[in-house]
Amino acid sequence: MKTLKIEELSKNFGTTEVLRKINLEIDEGNFLVLLGPSGCGKSTLLNIIAGLETINKGNVFIDDYNVSKVEPKDRNIAMVFQSYALYPSMNVKENMIFGLKQAKTSKEKIAEQLEKVSSFLQVDKLLERKPSQLSGGQRQRVAIGRALVREPRIFLFDEPLSNLDAKLRVEMRREIKKLHQQLKTTVVYVTHDQTEAMSLGTKIAIMNHGVIQQNETPENIYNKPSNTFVADFIGSPSMNLIKGKLIKNSNNISFIADDSTLEVPINNYDFKENSDLNNKEIYFGIRPEHIYFKKLNEDDFDINLRADLSEYIGHEQIVTLDYSNQEILAKFPSTIKIELEKEMKLYFDLDHISLFDLKTKERI
Amino acid sequence: MQDNLQSTSYKELEQKSKYTNIFLRWFLYFILILFASYFIFPLYVMVVTSLKTMEEIRQGTLLTWPSSLNFDSWLVAWGGRGYGAGDTFLRPYFWNSIKMVVPAVFFSTFIGAMTGYVLTKWRFKGDQWVFLFLLFGCFIPFQAILLPMARTLGSLGISNSVVGLVLVHTVYGIPFTTLFFRNYYISVPTELVKAARIDGAGFFKIFFKILLPISAPIIVVTVIWQFTQIWNDFLFGSTFSFGEAAPIQVALNNMVLSSTSVKEYNVDMASAIIAGIPTLIVYVLAGKYFIRGLTSGAVKG
Repeated sequence: MKTLKIEELSKNFGTTEVLRKINLEIDEGNFLVLLGPSGCGKSTLLNIIAGLETINKGNVFIDDYNVSKVEPKDRNIAMVFQSYALYPSMNVKENMIFGLKQAKTSKEKIAEQLEKVSSFLQVDKLLERKPSQLSGGQRQRVAIGRALVREPRIFLFDEPLSNLDAKLRVEMRREIKKLHQQLKTTVVYVTHDQTEAMSLGTKIAIMNHGVIQQNETPENIYNKPSNTFVADFIGSPSMNLIKGKLIKNSNNISFIADDSTLEVPINNYDFKENSDLNNKEIYFGIRPEHIYFKKLNEDDFDINLRADLSEYIGHEQIVTLDYSNQEILAKFPSTIKIELEKEMKLYFDLDHISLFDLKTKERI
Repeated sequence: MQDNLQSTSYKELEQKSKYTNIFLRWFLYFILILFASYFIFPLYVMVVTSLKTMEEIRQGTLLTWPSSLNFDSWLVAWGGRGYGAGDTFLRPYFWNSIKMVVPAVFFSTFIGAMTGYVLTKWRFKGDQWVFLFLLFGCFIPFQAILLPMARTLGSLGISNSVVGLVLVHTVYGIPFTTLFFRNYYISVPTELVKAARIDGAGFFKIFFKILLPISAPIIVVTVIWQFTQIWNDFLFGSTFSFGEAAPIQVALNNMVLSSTSVKEYNVDMASAIIAGIPTLIVYVLAGKYFIRGLTSGAVKG
């Protein structure tokens, strides 16, 4: 049984296609993050799961039950919003039990749930306060509490941390992670922040233009991005994509960048398909953090590159390098002294590269 | 040497700007007092005249202070002189106006709130057009609809009645009240409605439990606006009612214009003040919310 299943879902606003043939599945207790740039349709998808938006095509199943035409309140879900959406005229207690009251829950049960959740979230001292008398973090907690008291099958979070300042955001992120660890509930979480996605998700679905680009574990998304969009979106600074082509002869396969003669051997790369590789035009993808200033692994490939620029950002520095007229970035500890306008010997970690077809932008 | 020079000239400059400031401040007060007295002057004349006897009015000037506080003319304006036909006084028409203004303000405000709620939180195809046409209602000169309205009231059988006036004022209040509430609710995050829907609240519950409790500022604005409009209305009142069903503004006009004998300025002035008092009361009671409601709108929370 899948806790949530989305099947061939499409959604239009007038003539604009917002979501195209979305397929998604979540197992019990998983934390799925919908990640993407603004306007990619992730919030619309969440609203559809909640039942706040209608569907043009496809179906949504919760616990194998088709809820596509079921009212939000009957879907057994709860949602936490970006603006928290606490009812301004009600105090914390009334906010938290509003849903239970609507569902005609017995008074004893309401009191019991309120007691349990408010002490769990440490808002039991705030019950009589109005939302306007709470700090950002407290509002966040109350909003989560309002969702918790209903004991839903699925929690939906719509960018719940983006209204908080940077420091509080990191704290609340950890709290949400803790919460999920303790309660083991199923969560769908929308964000545009990759760090949030990486740290919280057990699975991440990266979306762009209403299509899911990749839906996998954070490790796979980071290490094996399925196309150049994902490669570019995840990581900071993002993955270097060097234009060039593959050369294949009897046993060896290597990469040559445009305007370069240097052959980078990539015999260990795990190709999806082995045919037709010779002379194939590709992007050679390597993350800035996988370019080293000293040899770390046996098969690191050593290469001489000219450093053009160094940006100091505290614990590390980002160095702009020139790879046969293509700009690439590398990340080094800030203790290393970089001489600009000079070639330096560097090492490519070939176990962590990704290759993409230049035309289709897909991983090969 | 140079330091010295600098510091003295700064001191001079400081002195100079101080004098300029004082002068400007007094000039400002002068202008303000001038304008304020220009505004208050007619009211002063009205109050003073209403307290004088006819004798005093004939002898003194407009500005002379009354020799004694004499409320006779107020009593005459309110309750008449006690003889039969031809004695017009305000009391019955005052109640007519109350009976007209209370339901008309209530219904137009309520319907405006509902419409504003739907137009912002339950968007539907073409809602922009509905709003646009409603706005049209704000700009239609009321003279243009007098004839069709008279026919409508006639066929409904409520012409020349307070009920008819309530209907007219409600209908023509809706464009304004809708505009007020729409502009207020548009700044209320729609996520509130979404959250309430997930919590299981329906259309009316969301309106009454979530939105209405935070609408106090805009309700005050709307009520003051509608009350003033409807209470002060003369056009609809004089067109759609006459005789005993007339509202106070029409009665005031009749009273002042139809005096057969001598013009009784003191009674006229007292009547005019009585006709204006309710709006004054509304402003005094709700005035500070009026400003707050006009300038705010955003719900912080």
